[in-house]
Amino acid sequence: MALDKPYKDIPGTIIFDAEQSRLGYHLNQFCMSLMKAENRARFKADERAYLDEWPMTEEQKQAVLARDLNRCMAAGGNIYFLAKIGATDGKSFQQMAGSMTGMSEEEYRDMMIAGGRSIKGNRVVGEDGDAQANHQPQGKSQQKEGA
Amino acid sequence: MARITASVYTSHVPAIGAALDLGKSGEPYWQPVFKGYEASKAWMQANTPDVIFLVYNDHATAFSLDMIPTFAIGCADEFQPADEGWGPRPVPVVKGHPELAAHIAHSVIQDDFDLTIVNKMDVDHGLTVPLSLMFGQPAADKFAWPCPIIPFAVNVVQYPVPSGRRCFNLGRAIRKAIASFDRPLNVQIWGTGGMSHQLQGPRAGLINREFDTAFLDQLIADPEALAKKPHIDYVREAGSEGIELVMWLVARGAMGDESSAGAPKVVHRFYHVPASNTAVGHLILENT
Repeated sequence: MALDKPYKDIPGTIIFDAEQSRLGYHLNQFCMSLMKAENRARFKADERAYLDEWPMTEEQKQAVLARDLNRCMAAGGNIYFLAKIGATDGKSFQQMAGSMTGMSEEEYRDMMIAGGRSIKGNRVVGEDGDAQANHQPQGKSQQKEGA
Repeated sequence: MARITASVYTSHVPAIGAALDLGKSGEPYWQPVFKGYEASKAWMQANTPDVIFLVYNDHATAFSLDMIPTFAIGCADEFQPADEGWGPRPVPVVKGHPELAAHIAHSVIQDDFDLTIVNKMDVDHGLTVPLSLMFGQPAADKFAWPCPIIPFAVNVVQYPVPSGRRCFNLGRAIRKAIASFDRPLNVQIWGTGGMSHQLQGPRAGLINREFDTAFLDQLIADPEALAKKPHIDYVREAGSEGIELVMWLVARGAMGDESSAGAPKVVHRFYHVPASNTAVGHLILENT
């Protein structure tokens, strides 16, 4: 019998379940290695060479090199592990979270100061909130001409 | 006999620790957050317990994907503040209470909760930020936390996480365990994490004030009903990381009114948006 995963219909959200954990094991363990200062230094010196020491998929490596956290998540990354990459880059959690929305750092910070993202329209896929797929990426600089 | 006198509930946002460590607590952005804990610090000074049983979650710090225990109790003499990638927080070493921790582990495992006994573990912001909020930054000439702390880590990183019901019942088992410890210790239990927040994906930045307010109300007045709330409600309504709130139910389950008459006294209640990506919630409840 199939497992019940009711969280699959939440927009803009990937739940790090046992299946994602299986896919992302090596990616997340690479991230974990960045908790040591000497590993951070080696990674910064030659990112590709450091990544090649890990049995990650090419997609996972490319997603890390591009610092595309949404791609990392889709490839099995977990935000608390991926945060070690951000820490290595000197980024805060807010900068990392904001980067996944398409908003500029300032836009995201302003949204939080104004009370955060509204739940309205963002509970279930198919509603019309700002986290829905048809509204991505967010942020003024991302809007298409004439849209 | 040991007894639980009070419970404390608070968010444990890493940026709060960074703001304190970098001397930014007086900035306009942070002032309202720390103002909400001023009464708490005064209360802590007047009500410093003998031991704090601190329920928190590890954020991919002590537990890598090699293994993640659902419930882990720290039984060591001491726990070092972890390097989470920014270098360790400049806070004191956390001194444990191995005798009480071992006693609780024994009792709670016999009550059918499968705890992992941990004898070596670094502790991250999930544990140290609540200590900083409640005690303030320890003075350089007396660089220590005021009392021993038993770290209790709950997995809320890798799904499925334990249910609210299970966390609540675990709290009851912890209360029973502490009450059977044969020394007159004053113990506080803290539940940390939350409130609404989501750190990932296009829905990052989600805040749900209505959900959080109702959660606080119900945690005080009817925790048994609150414990029935399914995971999906937390994730959908309070964000993927809002699931951390199940840890508050461990602390609430350990309060005395669940088995005897008399609701706990609300000493302090505070709510503020935002701290970084998160809604900050905070409660102090005393057993009457």
